[in-house]
Amino acid sequence: MKALEQLRETMRRDRVFDFMAGSHLVHPGEIDTRHGPILYVENVNVSFDGFKALNDLTLYIDDGELRCIIGPNGAGKTTMMDVITGKTRPDSGTVFFGQTMDLTRMTEYEIASSGIGRKFQKPTIFPEHTVFENLELAMHMDKGVWSSLQFRLSGEQKDRIEEVMQTINLLAQCHTAAGLLSHGQKQWLEIGMLLTQSPRLLLVDEPVAGMTHQEIEHTAELLTGLAGKHSVVVVEHDMDFIRSIAKKVTVLHEGHVLAEGDMEAIQNDPRVIEVYLGE
Amino acid sequence: MSFINTLIKLIEQDRVGRYLFSALLAIAIMVPVLNLLVPEGSSLHLSTYVVTLLGKYLCYALLALALDLVWGYGGILSLGHGVFFALGGYAMGMYMMRQIGSRGVYGNPELPDFMVFLNWHELPWYWFGFDHFWFAVLMIVLIPGLLAFVFGWLAFRSRVTGVYLSIITQALTFAFMLAFFRNEMGFGGNNGLTDFKDILGFELQHGGTRNVLFVLSALALAAGYLLCRYIVNSKFGRVVVAIRDAEARTRFIGYKVESYKLWLFIISAVMAGIAGALYVPQVGIINPGEFSPLNSIELVVWVAVGGRGTLFGAIVGALLVNFAKTFFTGALPEVWLFALGGMFIVVTLFLPRGLVGLYQQSREKYLAGRAA
Ligand SMILES: Nc1ncnc2c1ncn2[C@@H]1O[C@H](COP(=O)(O)OP(=O)(O)OP(=O)(O)O)[C@@H](O)[C@H]1O
Ligand SMILES: [Mg+2]
Repeated sequence: MKALEQLRETMRRDRVFDFMAGSHLVHPGEIDTRHGPILYVENVNVSFDGFKALNDLTLYIDDGELRCIIGPNGAGKTTMMDVITGKTRPDSGTVFFGQTMDLTRMTEYEIASSGIGRKFQKPTIFPEHTVFENLELAMHMDKGVWSSLQFRLSGEQKDRIEEVMQTINLLAQCHTAAGLLSHGQKQWLEIGMLLTQSPRLLLVDEPVAGMTHQEIEHTAELLTGLAGKHSVVVVEHDMDFIRSIAKKVTVLHEGHVLAEGDMEAIQNDPRVIEVYLGE
Repeated sequence: MSFINTLIKLIEQDRVGRYLFSALLAIAIMVPVLNLLVPEGSSLHLSTYVVTLLGKYLCYALLALALDLVWGYGGILSLGHGVFFALGGYAMGMYMMRQIGSRGVYGNPELPDFMVFLNWHELPWYWFGFDHFWFAVLMIVLIPGLLAFVFGWLAFRSRVTGVYLSIITQALTFAFMLAFFRNEMGFGGNNGLTDFKDILGFELQHGGTRNVLFVLSALALAAGYLLCRYIVNSKFGRVVVAIRDAEARTRFIGYKVESYKLWLFIISAVMAGIAGALYVPQVGIINPGEFSPLNSIELVVWVAVGGRGTLFGAIVGALLVNFAKTFFTGALPEVWLFALGGMFIVVTLFLPRGLVGLYQQSREKYLAGRAA
């Protein structure tokens, strides 16, 4: 009897083979936000060789919200994004996109195509492709094999890409291989890719690293402009930048939410001052 | 109609491709003319031996093109692409084996000689259908395609990449070689399939047949190039290069990377199979040696020498290295393997983009110099 139960446990469809579990609860384009939040991160734990990178992390992002996340190095900010985008699987806990999509059971591409876009901490663009092609690749469309083989860029899509290139100040570099861009320009390009991808939820990891003062201001405008139609989660170390865009700030520390609130409350929170701002 | 327009546009935009088509057209006309119409005594006469040799090279070039598609563009270094080439060859060989009929040494109308020799009494089930040409053609496409599908599905789903993938492709072709060496497999053991008489009723020894096979090889190469060009110029091609350069990133913008790799691999395998099927009637034999891991590695050298990720380079590399091989193995047989190894080292160290890359570089320099 016991053996049978054990067998059942090892053969559980959701545990053993990903492909047997299928993509449960995925309804692309049907993000159910009737209860307010678009993202539910609940009691998530992630450990790397015993080290707890995320420790019982619980966090909700409202639909259309712009949320800033701060925290010292190693607080688990990037790991949190890894969990949301399917790069890292949590040891326990749940992550839901809307009320119906269980992100912990979806693959990276399913998560991306259901409407979550991400800008990486270390800018990752496609170096051999031109700026234009990078934006085209990211663009929101049917991304299946067959559609790609037959794909023809429509006039609207071309206009959209040009518009984005204008926004990110890379119009002159349209046909430049992305690998030749400066660090700041690569950051821009990655933001531009988020714009053409046009996801419901944008996860933006350290967008202004390596940018000049003016560029930072421009980025701030861009991100605040996106909020409302999109939900945006921004991780940054640059406090001036955070101050200029933040409505609500979450402080992560050792994989856990330490404090949450508006910038002023956060700055005056003694626990936050101790671990972060006081440094 | 729009498909034809697309093709025309493709050729219009592809200068190198036009050179290739002109060259292929020229040899497809000149070689048969020099062989069939110029009298044998003339110094311009091309012997049938040379026609066959050139046809063989064209098949290699098609195979190299297939590898360039997965390696140069998809970043999948297959060290076992010979397996698809050999399977295509075996499928064609089985058809020609069945065509021999009762003209074999043992005169058995039903069974190929080697089966009679092994005391078999009936044709194994997997030989059924190969007496029909259409069936053989179907298998030439299906068998390499199916193997690529199964292998690729398992490997790409499990995210096996880089060196590990190369090693298992190498193991794959090695396993096939061992299997085909066994007499019990029913593919002629280490002798393979040979003594072919005719194909679709045309005598293989006949010069005319040889010339037709040569022209077909040239056509297949042109068609293969056009297909590859279409693929790499499409958005599919751009996605594949994106996967090569930043696989994880491609997933995060919503592409199902496994499917892209899988389809690329299948298309390439089918091309390799067709190359093998055209190769076998020209050389007149297919044996398990074609599965040898060394063959697949040599193929990688051709593409590296020519320049990967350019399509054209693969063709140039395959032709040049094989001309060199024919020359060396004739003149200085001991030197060939060293020459091959040396070429590979020189190319990896000094010409990462191969000969075509070198040409492009000097052309750019020249143009830049002229502009200044
Ligand atoms: N793949 C991994 N293997 C082992 N440890 C990891 C891995 N990824 C992250 N970590 C560890 O988990 C902790 C949290 O890392 P994370 O990158 O999430 O921090 P962060 O808040 O983004 O920091 P930063 O501000 O420096 O970007 C760090 O101590 C890091 O060393
Ligand atoms: Mg980080």
